[in-house]
This record gives sequence, structure tokens and C-alpha cells, in this order.
Amino acid sequence: MDVQTWTYIIVGLSFALYIGIAIWSKAKSTSEFYVAGGNVSPLANGMATAADWMSAASFISMAGLIAFMGYDGTVYLMGWTGGYVLLALMLAPYLRKFGKFTVPDFIGERYYSKAARIVALLCAIFISFTYVAGQMRGVGVVFSRFLEVDIYWGVLIGMSIVFTYAVLGGMKGITYTQVAQYCVLIFAYMTPAFFISLMLTGNPIPQLGFGSELKEGGYLLDKLDKVVTDLGFTAYTAQTKSTTDIFFITLALMVGTAGLPHVIIRFFTVPKVRDARISAGWALLFIAILYTTAPAVATFARYNIINTANEKAYAEMPSWFKKWEETKLIGWLDKNNDGLIQYHPGTPFEKLNKKAVQFKSTGEKIETGSYGQPLIANKATDNSNELYIDRDIMVLANPEIAGLPNWVIALVAAGGLAAALSTAAGLLLVISTSISHDLMKKTINPNITDKQELIYARIAAGCAIIIAGYFGINPPGFVAQVVAFAFGLAASSFFPAIVLGIFYKRMNKEGAIAGMIAGIVFTATYIIYFKFINPESNVQANWWFGISPEGIGGVGMLLNFAVSIVVSKFSSPPPPEVQELVENIRVPNRD
Amino acid sequence: MESQNNLQNHRHAYWRANIRILTILLSIWFIVSFGCGILFVDQLNQIKLGGFKLGFWMAQQGSIYTFVVLIFVYVRLMNKLDQKFSFDEKND
Repeated sequence: MDVQTWTYIIVGLSFALYIGIAIWSKAKSTSEFYVAGGNVSPLANGMATAADWMSAASFISMAGLIAFMGYDGTVYLMGWTGGYVLLALMLAPYLRKFGKFTVPDFIGERYYSKAARIVALLCAIFISFTYVAGQMRGVGVVFSRFLEVDIYWGVLIGMSIVFTYAVLGGMKGITYTQVAQYCVLIFAYMTPAFFISLMLTGNPIPQLGFGSELKEGGYLLDKLDKVVTDLGFTAYTAQTKSTTDIFFITLALMVGTAGLPHVIIRFFTVPKVRDARISAGWALLFIAILYTTAPAVATFARYNIINTANEKAYAEMPSWFKKWEETKLIGWLDKNNDGLIQYHPGTPFEKLNKKAVQFKSTGEKIETGSYGQPLIANKATDNSNELYIDRDIMVLANPEIAGLPNWVIALVAAGGLAAALSTAAGLLLVISTSISHDLMKKTINPNITDKQELIYARIAAGCAIIIAGYFGINPPGFVAQVVAFAFGLAASSFFPAIVLGIFYKRMNKEGAIAGMIAGIVFTATYIIYFKFINPESNVQANWWFGISPEGIGGVGMLLNFAVSIVVSKFSSPPPPEVQELVENIRVPNRD
Repeated sequence: MESQNNLQNHRHAYWRANIRILTILLSIWFIVSFGCGILFVDQLNQIKLGGFKLGFWMAQQGSIYTFVVLIFVYVRLMNKLDQKFSFDEKND
């Protein structure tokens, strides 16, 4: 059976599973819709959190990014895991004791202020929407590449699936589908990794494999370092970005992780404080399985691509090469007319109409060159690099490179969809609860009943899905940059406000609001300037202390802390009820 | 009044012990990730662990394993602390 048929079957089965769970877990109250009734077991919550966290980016793009960045990829590996220690130790148990439903709930009550709650809910909505646009796009892309379904229909199908379990079941439906999605995605990620590790090094465990000797001799990493430096790249294990930048990007990502609303609310669903602590442990364990495999996958992929392609004749390229060429994720421009592929550092050709690869065509037919290759329409650059490889291929093409059976390839598609849909659902819930709970119930009309609030929550979820779907079909060109923005904002607004709220009793409304605004404005200005207003100047020489826009959230966080503490010292302490609230959330039992 | 004071002292003692645990664990977190993985990675890379340079391995593997262990150690320590201070959540 060919890949497409297998993909329809496996993806179809996974979707049937998610819908089955949706029907079983219909939410009957706001408590079930917002926090799954507070009854989720720590293990299940850990798995759901892992799926919620690992998005299409973690599943598809991350290994590819690391493959090209080498050591520098550490920012993603440590950045997207280290934050869980902060969550477990500094946030989750106390927020669970606080016991309400949302992050703006905590901010609004701790800082006894509607203004603070509104700032928080606007941040939550902005962060969640930017993130979710990327996910829906990811769904469309997987559909179009594996099922050859147009992106438009792919996004529509994805939206309908999420709609079913999110609107019907709320957090309850989302949690249990996320558990299923975790199982699908981890199996899909690990299976090709085992086989490739075995093929290259004889050791099936990828974490050990990439530190082993190759079958043909020599340690893989040493060989890879040599191979890439011979071609002119920086060594794989060597550092390219400055230490300061790596430090701050990692910091921004770690702290941002701990400040993301869709991750934090997962800890509201477990029964007790001690459950919140241990479910963070389970979550990180489940996340770590993928995250410790990713650098191995990246190393294997980089090694394989160079060995397969560099200085080899185009005509002898394997079928996966040609297939990904058709989807324009690989492009070869024979700059020196020797029929051999030279894979060297640098961008091989400039973007044309914002696309990395465009082919020359007369009418419908694509023009081919003397070696049978589709001719590239993009303008060549001066360097010797002839080959363009899209980062996303590293994971998607791995099973084909390893010659694995078609059902494994189909499984990767199902895994990518599981990752994207699970994250999208978590984000949509944040948007929905911000509107129904924080805006409608707590700010605009406290007198609505539970039933009415539930209706608002469902309507808000439905509308949010439609808007997210729209962005999936028409993504703003800057989706990846906007996700960096989301982290920067979470790091510079939520994290300090929540941490100070728990650990510094004296922190008051004026301090928190001042700090949040300072953090947001500083971080947003820096990012908007370098990414949107003046992107040509986005080079290290122009950055403050050599810190890139991706890392500036770390600085924004420090600024928030500083401003909050100073402003709170000059204004009146929080009222006694709030001080008592802080004392209360610091201990597990209701005493 | 007397029992209110005792309650406050009890909570404060618990909180101080909690902070102590956090300080130790977060220091380890920082040293292993930012220290070994970023600030001292070049020095550590002089040591080899099988096919890995140690600094590189700490950054891309070891730090993540440490994070997982840190959280489970935290859970263990806090459960014992809860028991010691009778905050066992038995009644929930």
C-alpha cells in the first residue's frame, strides 16, 4: 500500500479516537469546562501537558533547526525544558492551592485590580492567538504534504476535529485527547529514530547512538565535525552565536515557558497541591523523551544529508530527494555545471516572491535542465552552495532516508498532526476562558449563571477556532517571529508578576501593573523594531549587548522585576485579605 | 490570640524550609544548565565522554536529565516536609 493510503488510514484512525474521547467527556459545568472538574490524575496530566507543550514546532521543525545549528540548538533544548523546573518549584503548587480557573484570575485577585486582570487577559489572548496561528498552519502543511489535500481543506478538517472535542468537552475533552495525542506523537517520533540510530551506529537507542562510533568507524560527532568543517561550515559541536546571546535566548525561553498561560492552566486540573508538583515531573519526563532524542535525530540527519548529497551526481539521488524537490522543500541550482551537488555554507539562492524555491516554467510545464533537474527560477547567490534544504525535512524525510516501510512514514504524519492539534486545543481553551470567565463573568457581568458562563465559553471557543483557522489558511508571513514574540511577552509580563505574587508578600497592585507594562513595552518595542520595522538592521552589531530579539525577553523579565519592586516600595502595601491570600497559597492544606 | 500566633509561626517555619529547598535545587538548576551548558561549555568540552564532548553533552542531554531528576527530588523533599508539618492534604 502506498504512503498516501496508509496516511489516510492511520490519520483517520487517530481522528476517530479523538472524536470518541470527545463524546465520552462532554462537559456539564464551568468547572468541567475550565479545569476538567479538578479530577485529572497526575500521570494523565503529565502526558496531556507534554502533548499540549510539544507543538508542530517541537515535532517537525526542532530537529531540523538543531541539525543546522549544531551546538547553538541548545537554546531550544534547554530553553524549552528548563522552564518546567521553574514551573514545578515556583508556580504550579501555589497556583493549584489558589484553586481558581485561569491565570488572569490569579493576577486579578492577587493584585486586587480589574485593570491588572484586563492587562493579563489581553496578554493571554495575544500570546495564545499568535501561537495558535502557527499550529493551524502546521496542520494544513502536514495535510498538504502527506495527504495531498489542499492546505485550505487540511486546516478546515483540523479545525473541525478540534472544534468537536474542545467545544463539547472543554478542558475535560482536551485533556484526555491530549493523552491520546501524546501516545501517537511519541510513537511516531521514536520509531524512525530507533531505526536510523541502529542503521548508522548499531545502537538502537538514539541518545546513546549519537555518541557512538559509526558502523564504518570513528565517533559520529567527531566525523560530523570534520565533515562539516571541511566544507566550510562551523564545526557541529562548536558555538556560532555569542555566549551572551545564547544565555539570554535560553533564559527568555525558559522563563517564557513558565509564563505561558496554556501550560500553567494544566496545573489547575489535578486534585491536590502535591499532585501539581508530581505532574510537572511526569510532564517533563514525557517531554524529555522527545527532547533528548531530537539532538540525535538532528545529528543523524545532518550526517546523512551531507553523505547522500554532497559531491554526488544529481542523477543518482534517491527517490526521497526527488519527491521533496517536487514539494519545493529541496532545490538544486547547478552553479558550476558539473552535474554534481555542492553543499556548502551560505544561502544558495535568494528568495523569489518570498518563496525559498521557485521553478522556471513555460505554461504548466516545469523546465528541466541537462541532468533532469527542475530549473530554479530564484537568483543565484555568489557562494558555492548549490543546495537548499528546508529545515522541516529533517524529521519528515528521516523515515524515507532510512528506507522504512510506508506505514512508518504515515505514522509521522499522524504524529505531526497530534502535536499541532493538541497544542492548538490548549491555546484555544485559554482564549475561550479569558473571554467567558475573565471578561464576561469577572469583569463585565458577575451575575451570569454557571450555565450562561458555559454557553459563553463554548461560543468563545467556537469563534476562536474560526479565527485561528483563518490565520492557518492565510498566515501572516511572520508566524515564526511572532512565536518568539509570544515567549518574550510571557517572560517579561506573566512570569515576574506571578512569581512576585507568590514569593513577595509586599508586592502590590501598583508595582505589578507598572512592572508588567514596563516589561511588555520594552520587549515589544525591541522585537517590533528589529523584526518588523527595520529588519535589515537585525544584526548582532546593532543589538543591545549583543542580545537578539529572541533573547530580549530575558532582559524584559529583569526589568519587570526591578520596576515592580521599586514601584511597590513607594506605594501602599496590599490589603490584609490579600496578604492572607498569599499566606494561604503558600501552604498545601486548608488550615 | 496565642493559637493565631502559633499558626503563623508554623506557616512561617514551613515557608522558610520550602525556600531553603528551592534555593538549593534552583542553584543546581542554574549551574547545570547555564553553567555547564553555556558559560563553561568550552572548558568542559576538553573532557570526552565516549563519543561526546562533555560540555556539548551537558548542554544537549545532561541538563535535561538533571531537570527531570530535580523535579522528582523536589517532590520527594516537599512530601516529607508536608508530612513533618502535618500539611498532608488528607482531608481534601
